[in-house]
Amino acid sequence: MTPILEVRDLEVTFRVGPMLQRRDILAVAGVSFDVSPGETFALVGESGSGKTTLARAVNGLQAVSNGSVSFGGRRIDGLTARASKPLRREMAMMFQDPVGSLSPRMKVGDLVTEPYRIHGAPDVNLADETVRLLSLVGLTADFADRYPHQLSGGQARRVGVARAIALNPKLVIADEPTAGLDVSVQGEVLNLLNELRERLRLAIVIITHNLHVVHHVADRMAVMYLGRFVETGPTERLFSAPSHPYTAALLSANPEPDPDKARNRIALPAEVPSLLARPAGCEFHTRCPWVAADCRSIPPSLQPHEDRKVSCHIPLARGAVPPLKEVSP
Amino acid sequence: MTVLAVSGLNVHFATEGGELHALRDVSFVVPEKRVVGVVGESGCGKSTLINAILGLLADNGRISGGSIGFEGQDLTKLGPRRLQDLRGLRISTVFQDPMGALNPVLSVGLQMRNIQYRSDLAKSEKDARSAELLRRVRIPDAEAALSRYPHEFSGGMKQRIAIAMALMMEPALLIADEPTTALDATLEVATIELLKDLQEQIGCSVLFISHHLGVIAELCDDVVVMYAGEVVERGTTRGVFRQPGHPYTARLLECDPARQSGRTRDLPTIPGEIPDLRQRPPGCIFAPRCTLSTDECGRPPPDHALGAGHVARCFRAGDP
Repeated sequence: MTPILEVRDLEVTFRVGPMLQRRDILAVAGVSFDVSPGETFALVGESGSGKTTLARAVNGLQAVSNGSVSFGGRRIDGLTARASKPLRREMAMMFQDPVGSLSPRMKVGDLVTEPYRIHGAPDVNLADETVRLLSLVGLTADFADRYPHQLSGGQARRVGVARAIALNPKLVIADEPTAGLDVSVQGEVLNLLNELRERLRLAIVIITHNLHVVHHVADRMAVMYLGRFVETGPTERLFSAPSHPYTAALLSANPEPDPDKARNRIALPAEVPSLLARPAGCEFHTRCPWVAADCRSIPPSLQPHEDRKVSCHIPLARGAVPPLKEVSP
Repeated sequence: MTVLAVSGLNVHFATEGGELHALRDVSFVVPEKRVVGVVGESGCGKSTLINAILGLLADNGRISGGSIGFEGQDLTKLGPRRLQDLRGLRISTVFQDPMGALNPVLSVGLQMRNIQYRSDLAKSEKDARSAELLRRVRIPDAEAALSRYPHEFSGGMKQRIAIAMALMMEPALLIADEPTTALDATLEVATIELLKDLQEQIGCSVLFISHHLGVIAELCDDVVVMYAGEVVERGTTRGVFRQPGHPYTARLLECDPARQSGRTRDLPTIPGEIPDLRQRPPGCIFAPRCTLSTDECGRPPPDHALGAGHVARCFRAGDP
């Protein structure tokens, strides 16, 4: 199947520091992935790993310093705001904060049809469209007269979904679509996205740090660390047998609602290194329980490994347990 | 020994749309040296509960009944000055957003020294104590950290500094309001483990608010389940998570994606919405969304005892 989105060696740099000591930091350090119609691709990683920056670069909200983004076979990185406007019809974004991403002074009815007014849709009856979109996301027509502050978090999120799908996009980028939502509402929002994915053959890129969510919704996933993919492949394969020590640590750190569950945690020492001082060799070696001599000097690259790609000199065997040694804090 | 005993607590807010009954007959205890979790959806009254305990309800809110016993006094009867004396000394808090809890224009060391304003120690001794606490929350190079500003630390470190500050005066009760929600999985787990270690060292009790069931299961000895301003169930974490007595608790646990054994695209949900608290139904608060409700549920349900300290507010509690 032809992918709808193709990202190749994408890099994003930020300039930081006081005027005479300007330095560039690589927030996204060369990532490549494809997403096909009807597919859900998840980006996971700690905050500061570059997930949101990557999503913004794909969407054109953030300048790309290297690499390419193609959408429907066409290069879209580096387009001017005017040239990229038609693309926004086909590529929708759901932002992190559900209430904050809605204008407090607009009614729900105006909010869900705002995309039509921006992109111009002369033959659309906005009143009918409001009702159709609201019912599509499970809200009754009387919500059209409410303001965002009168909505609960879950309802605001639904309005966000309605706005995102108003123009029948081909791709939705959802940045933490369930952050701050309760488990029941979280389920509703994810089910809704999934239903729309099936019905409209949407491609979805979902960013989340909730691994339980990723497990249920994503077909494929990528684990990010310091702006790079350290492991990427089919979700179920990564969950059942992670190859990269960082993936293994993330999965083992996933708190489960069972007080009696035996926990074999992989404790990660220390903090995430600063992007201003990337470690030499493998960038994960400062926290890796399996670190070997080569890891400190030779940087690994993302290589095919069995059914996935992994960036590690010594990919883990299935069911690997960390060596019993004191790791200095 | 009981550190905190909330009994029959009611809180009302005056709103334009009428009186809002935010908490109804809330009762639970926090025993000495135990970690008690409060879990529930947003809007269920978790934050109102904390504010009532701390005496920090908004101007339009009032405690309309019940008592909050803490170290032999009823907090609902204390004046603002007496409550202020308790806050920070005997009861301290850690909030969700560490950046909001730290002053961005003062060094960490100065803020930690300022917290010890009640102590007669010399400045150098106070600073030594601050450094000691930073070491205990595993901040590397603690002495040097004192002269740094909050923005120079990562999110996880800032939250650990906030924890150090909260435990500085060795309070009897630490209230932690969603302290790990803003952190990622690995940091979340590290922070929970740290909190647990410190709680054991200091010997304080912890009231831990969260909507993350996994975190509650991992950290808490006891759990209080809240729904629409009521405690629908309470008991030991094991008891409640293993054999939930209230249908709401059971549904909530089912909804957690972590509980789905197989991979599913159709995640379970609880249909319906939380009722309008200005027009509280007279009977069971969960009845409109409950699949097990009967005519009986139109009357206020009893607090049904299910075993040692395990209580569920439901007619059907204990039914298979």
